[in-house]
Amino acid sequence: MPAALLEVEHLRIEIPTRRGLLTAIDDVSFAIAPGEVLGVVGESGAGKSITGSAIIGLLEPPSRIAGGRILFDGRRIDDLSGEAMRRIRGKEIGAIFQDPLTSLDPLFTVGRQLEETIRTHLALDRAAARRRALALLQEVGIPAPEQRIDHYPHEFSGGMRQRVVIALALAGNPRLVIADEPTTALDVSIQAQIIQLLKRLTREHGMAVMLVTHDMGVIAETAHRVAVMYAGRLVELGPVRDVVMRPQHPYTAGLMAAIPSLGERVERLRQIEGTMPRLSEIPSGCAFHPRCPQVFARCRVERPELMPAGNATVACWLHAPSRKTAHG
Amino acid sequence: MASETAALSAGLRHRLRDSDLFRSFRRSPVTVVAAAITAILVLAALLAPLIAPHNPYDAASLNLLDARDPPAWQAGGDWSYPLGTDDQGRDMLSAILYGMRTSLGISVAAVLLAMALGIALGLLAGYAGGWIDTVIMRIADVQLSFPVILIALLVDGIARALLPHAQQDRIAPYVIVLAIASATWVQFARTVRGSTMVERAKEYVQAARVTGVHPALIAWRHVLPNAMGPVLVIATLNLAFAIQTEAALSFLGLGLPVTEPSLGTLIRVGDDFIFSGEWRWMLLYPAIALAGLALAVNMLGDWLRDALNPKLR
Amino acid sequence: MVEVPLVSVAGLVRHFDVSPPLLNRMLERRGRRLLKAVDGVDFSIGRGETFGLVGESGCGKSTVARVIVGLHAPTAGRVLFDGVDMATLTTRAERQPFRRRMQMIFQDPYASLNPRWRVRDIIAEPLRTHGIAMGRSDLDTRVDALLTQVKLAPADGDKYPHEFSGGQRQRISIARAIAATPDFLVLDEPTSALDVSVQAQILNLLKDLQRALGLTFLFISHNLAVVHHVSTTVGVMYLGRLIEKAATARLFAAPRHPYTRLLLATIPDLAMSGRAREPVAGEVPSPIDPPSGCAFHPRCPFANARCRAERPELRADDETLVACHGVEEGRLPGAP
Repeated sequence: MPAALLEVEHLRIEIPTRRGLLTAIDDVSFAIAPGEVLGVVGESGAGKSITGSAIIGLLEPPSRIAGGRILFDGRRIDDLSGEAMRRIRGKEIGAIFQDPLTSLDPLFTVGRQLEETIRTHLALDRAAARRRALALLQEVGIPAPEQRIDHYPHEFSGGMRQRVVIALALAGNPRLVIADEPTTALDVSIQAQIIQLLKRLTREHGMAVMLVTHDMGVIAETAHRVAVMYAGRLVELGPVRDVVMRPQHPYTAGLMAAIPSLGERVERLRQIEGTMPRLSEIPSGCAFHPRCPQVFARCRVERPELMPAGNATVACWLHAPSRKTAHG
Repeated sequence: MASETAALSAGLRHRLRDSDLFRSFRRSPVTVVAAAITAILVLAALLAPLIAPHNPYDAASLNLLDARDPPAWQAGGDWSYPLGTDDQGRDMLSAILYGMRTSLGISVAAVLLAMALGIALGLLAGYAGGWIDTVIMRIADVQLSFPVILIALLVDGIARALLPHAQQDRIAPYVIVLAIASATWVQFARTVRGSTMVERAKEYVQAARVTGVHPALIAWRHVLPNAMGPVLVIATLNLAFAIQTEAALSFLGLGLPVTEPSLGTLIRVGDDFIFSGEWRWMLLYPAIALAGLALAVNMLGDWLRDALNPKLR
Repeated sequence: MVEVPLVSVAGLVRHFDVSPPLLNRMLERRGRRLLKAVDGVDFSIGRGETFGLVGESGCGKSTVARVIVGLHAPTAGRVLFDGVDMATLTTRAERQPFRRRMQMIFQDPYASLNPRWRVRDIIAEPLRTHGIAMGRSDLDTRVDALLTQVKLAPADGDKYPHEFSGGQRQRISIARAIAATPDFLVLDEPTSALDVSVQAQILNLLKDLQRALGLTFLFISHNLAVVHHVSTTVGVMYLGRLIEKAATARLFAAPRHPYTRLLLATIPDLAMSGRAREPVAGEVPSPIDPPSGCAFHPRCPFANARCRAERPELRADDETLVACHGVEEGRLPGAP
């Protein structure tokens, strides 16, 4: 098994507020191998975006990393200075954010922004940078790149803009890309195109991707493994096939059941009662226990750690080894 | 309906207390000092009839022999006239107190009138759109191309031309209020119009339209409360400006008469004595009072603007 | 006796004038520009039905909804509610009873509630506007009942919208919408801004309410799975035109129009069948300058000369209505 490209170990992110200290991410660990697509899925407030921000070093103060480590290629990156992080950002780790409208500077042409990024990370002169920019635009599927390279962002449609954003993320030839809801703001037919593009690029460049989204469908199509987050904690982690088809954690199961399917028509969707707790009101023990249909005494008191369940790991007492042996 | 309003304002008080606004206020020493000064000056001005040693408006009580007396701590001074007297024998302290009262009264009235006019026109322009919006905004644009003083002078001049001479002194305060308000309503109108246009596009307004609520009711009850945010800040800053404008008008002789002086008038009178030894108390003290008041109100407005700006928090 | 549909639109057209200002037009010699948001749409919705309108951004589905509820006036065509042509109602007094009978729920739970009003007042507004409640206590009783009906607590009435989550705000919007006992609800992407688990709760709530109150729904969404779950009939829009309309089961089992097939193919494969998706290239063109003939022809793998020249009309094909020359001419390969 190849050494992991990215390792997140027991990450803890805190946000000091007037009303007290909030724990946005509470002891989250996972790893991404080179060339792998890890999907990080969760609902609003689960903490998936902030994890991505922490990895790329763009945590908004006063949020801060309060514990754990982030290792990139074996080196720690969570404690780097701003300058050192800037060198890594873009060159080794790229980022794609949700809204293509605000990810691009409206005052500069697309070509200018691409060239600027390229020259920041690679030692190329202007002509070479321009050639590379053209090649990138071609690669992300922008038609007639020689003309469009001198267009401004507002002259592109949403889907095209997102392709430009992807090109920007690829400019420095990163080995890892953090993609935060890259398709959410796009139309469904364009979503399909962008997903197709991402898959092709990861294959061809051997790039690893951390794909953060709330859309299970996108995960099912794109990821190799998936991490499910709830209230700042990791509740399930495993190969995508297993997690989607045979979810082990009651939350994941509830999530999958709540998605309307195109199969037989059901009268009512299976719903999970209640809502995800606010960061200031996280329950004791297992964060999901107030809403869990299979809750029992231990869940209310003790927070479960990740334990193996089939091909995946789950943070749920239902899968505790002692329980398993007791129930066969 | 009344209980609804009461419930709304009770909620408001509660929210104010817990709000970021109050916290930010307490945290900025400059603002607290500015607020304290403003409070003291306003209080002094309001209580002028009670605390002033003399009544400067009462011509009969003036004693020409006491004219141009220096302040009490200087030679030739008298504690019955703590800050000295002017050329008519008026006690400076009383004149300043009453002058502040007049200045504040006129400025507040002017700002309120400008607010009422500006909000009404801004709301109408923003909500109705179309040619109504165009007409109102073009008038506003034209007005903005003139300096405020000029507009105030214009209104003032027209009023004086129209009114019989005998009435002028009595009507003077109202004319000044009108003059200042007609120069400053544009700021309110523009801001409210902008906010109105933003709010009008929001779904809660559309929901009200779908329900069948009357457009005037929508503008008044839905849009206006949401468009008022920046108005408070503008009003406070405008107050400082109005104080200065009124003083300028009075200084130019187009404002309040000497018989019922405002701070500006006092400064004008004192200005005549600038080359004599008496200027220090006849010119400087009213000027300090004016500057202090305007500055304090201005700083209060500055703080309010920053505190209410969500992006700076 | 044929039952009169509750809502029907005939030849509905809505244009928006997005021309540059007069001065610019004179100086730059540019003509007027018209955004043809809705370009001739016909359909009807029977009582108790849920009509799902799907399409991507710019297809005009939201505009259709807004014209039906009266937020925009149609540029051409008619909207009929319970057999009455809405254009014949000229005064406020005539329109009010119809406004009471149709309501709308919006997509953005954050912008659809006035942040300065208490929840109680927000829900009470339709009751006040239509003079339904008698006095303060009657109003309170009704508002409490409505809050309970949408699974919120009566005590929530005294709070402000910002104290609630997205899903709860949608519940408040729903309570407001059903307050005056309407017959018809237009739901414009009501769950698109919500998380999946919250979406399930809201969709279940909507179905329960529809059954309990005998409501008719026009459900607009870009999410096909959701539309499949809630609708009885589905209409597919593209660039301001209705290109296919059929009963839900039929549309999803046997889509006729190439665009419908494309849309269905973009639904993510949660069954993990490993089906390879080959998305159709191209993007939705601008509604200001739609293509000639069939609006979909630039992206259609089956387009021919007729498609480029002549705009197809909705024709019946079995139980489906389709606007496609290829279907009419029978030259399209079987559905996947």
